[in-house]
Amino acid sequence: MAKTLAAPAGARRDLGIALLRMMIRIRVLEEGIEKHFLGGEIPGFAHLSIGQEAVAAGTCANLRRDDAIASTHRGHGHTLAKGTSMRGMVAELFARATGICKGKGGSMHIADFSVGMLGANGVVGGGFGLVAGAALSAVQRKTDQVAVCFFGDGATNRGPFHENLNLCAVWNLPAIFVLENNRYASTTSTAETMKIENVAMRAAGYGMPSAIVDGFDGFAVYDAVGDAVERARSGGGPTFVECKTYRARGHYIGDPERYRQKTEVADVMTASDPIVRMQALLGEALSLGEFERVWAEAREEFADAVAFARSSPAPEKDEAFFGAYTGDREPGNPVHDFEARERDEFLPFAPNVGTGSQGSGH
Amino acid sequence: MRTISFTEATLEAMQEEMRRDATVFLMGEDIAKQGGIFGQFKGLPQEFGLERVRDTPISEAALVGAGVGAALTGCRPVVDMHFADFITCAMDELVNQAAKLRYMFGEQCVVPMTLRAPDGITKSAGSQHSQALEGWFMHTPGLEVVVPADAEDAKGLLKAAIRSDNPTLYFEHKMLFPRKGPVPDDDDFVVPIGKAKTMRDGSDVAIVTYGITVGRAIEAAALLEADGIDAMVINLRTVWPLDYGAIADAVARTHRVVVAHEAVRVGGVGAEIAAFIGEKCFDELDAPVVRLGAAHVPVPFAPVLQEAMYPKAPMIADAARRLVRKTL
Ligand SMILES: Cc1ncc(C[n+]2csc(CCOP(=O)(O)OP(=O)(O)O)c2C)c(N)n1
Ligand SMILES: [Mg+2]
Repeated sequence: MAKTLAAPAGARRDLGIALLRMMIRIRVLEEGIEKHFLGGEIPGFAHLSIGQEAVAAGTCANLRRDDAIASTHRGHGHTLAKGTSMRGMVAELFARATGICKGKGGSMHIADFSVGMLGANGVVGGGFGLVAGAALSAVQRKTDQVAVCFFGDGATNRGPFHENLNLCAVWNLPAIFVLENNRYASTTSTAETMKIENVAMRAAGYGMPSAIVDGFDGFAVYDAVGDAVERARSGGGPTFVECKTYRARGHYIGDPERYRQKTEVADVMTASDPIVRMQALLGEALSLGEFERVWAEAREEFADAVAFARSSPAPEKDEAFFGAYTGDREPGNPVHDFEARERDEFLPFAPNVGTGSQGSGH
Repeated sequence: MRTISFTEATLEAMQEEMRRDATVFLMGEDIAKQGGIFGQFKGLPQEFGLERVRDTPISEAALVGAGVGAALTGCRPVVDMHFADFITCAMDELVNQAAKLRYMFGEQCVVPMTLRAPDGITKSAGSQHSQALEGWFMHTPGLEVVVPADAEDAKGLLKAAIRSDNPTLYFEHKMLFPRKGPVPDDDDFVVPIGKAKTMRDGSDVAIVTYGITVGRAIEAAALLEADGIDAMVINLRTVWPLDYGAIADAVARTHRVVVAHEAVRVGGVGAEIAAFIGEKCFDELDAPVVRLGAAHVPVPFAPVLQEAMYPKAPMIADAARRLVRKTL
């Protein structure tokens, strides 16, 4: 058991505290998203990664700001861990003009290019090509950047997973494929959609090295991804890291979760909650007072982000018509002139709707 | 006639066709054990078993590809796309395979496959879960495209799609699932593919539309009635093959036409209809055809943006009013 190990010291202790802090920030953010979604302030769909925080935190702690990640529909943790501000995220989820995507993306399509976060994705498997391309771009531009793809077990049954793993392997691209194997794809247990226990086997088929790690253990994820990042940066090519983890909430907020027993969730979280795990691993290296202060700071940060979002305006209706093309905000540009005509036709009929009408499930 | 929901109507269609024909089977993500995102498959595995109602991996290209293969070899597969947006993950299978094989192979085969595709704008589902893509497939020779507007269409068109020997896309709007409407009792009731239905007769202006926009057009007709304008509403039901005859008749009766749909206006189904009227019915027109559809942008997330960019009843009524008053 972890508790019997000596408490980490020095840089390892600092790393552990940084990982813990990030996991707690993600937890607080997502518990808050859940509350405000159910309260009707967040429209659309939202998928929570509670239980999986160690993967986001442990992976991104290895990355530089100029490295790229691509995320999934379950992307709040990845986004925060890559360095996005909570204010920008919460305002986006609240559909405000001050959101990172100006209110056009929302939870399922959030991105922050200022920190190399190439986007959550409404399409399962949408990130594989983006990451292969970002890794290829690093090679073309002769930088030492790396690109990380987060994805779920379910996504590995899609064609683009296979095509992009092969491409990255054969071209020796600086890509890292971080699988969050959380045992379910939506309502379907992973065991029903693939005959293998370890998806990492698939990487072997493309000649790509892989590691399988305890995805509840922030240190273990950090170390495995750290090796992969080092390999990629030094020209050693791509790596596949399978993190064994668990989704402690429904597939989406509002999921009735008829496909599993409540006790299953409780059992996994009792044994493996990544935050409790990290606290145990830190042992005496972190006092209870310090631990509680981390929680309190995260809650303050979230409360500040909600206040920021609430005091931010909804987007101007005009915004609907611009942004698909470069130059489309400049009069004289052909797309601008077309969209301006569309805007003038539509806006007289645009209703005044609230910012927080709740989505219809899924 | 009974009043049932759109969802129940699709369920009845599935049950009746699966009882009638043992080669009909269904596959898709989260459909068997969960009953589908909109509850549209509830109870089917209990009656037909997990071999005829299959849960699948997230492998859209395999589902549609295998659907084509099964259809070529004696089955009538129904493939659920989960959201219409994910048809894009199986475009080769649909566009290069399903649509072309019969023609290219000299009519040696048929492809009796149905794709069910929940589509359209709902509450802030965002750019990748809100599209209406029927225009793409109307543009693809070899495919049939049907778009039910209400519970009656839902049942009759789904049964027709399953019975059709051609690959048929069935676009069911996500917002329509809970809506109730009358449905005939006859368990052999089908809505013929390629035939429009007049939902409301009128002499001043015709609103030609399909899918969820039919309801919006009927609302618009009520608004127009209050202004003393008598609007006809045509529900096309099928986007391809298009009922050009019904469109020409509507032009001849009203001499003024508004074409409306939720899909992007540019290059859309309405463009084909407006061009047809311009080419073949020009002399019947008292005014240019007005074409309404979504703005040429992806569907945005924020409710205020989403609600600003596609046509609903007030916009349709306004277009019709201006046509009748010749204030274009
Ligand atoms: C191409 C595609 N097919 C289906 C869906 C619907 N869908 C959204 S999430 C999901 C399950 C994804 O499972 P997994 O990849 O394991 O990720 P997890 O949700 O477990 O994080 C499905 C089927 C989708 N968004 N995109
Ligand atoms: Mg999963």
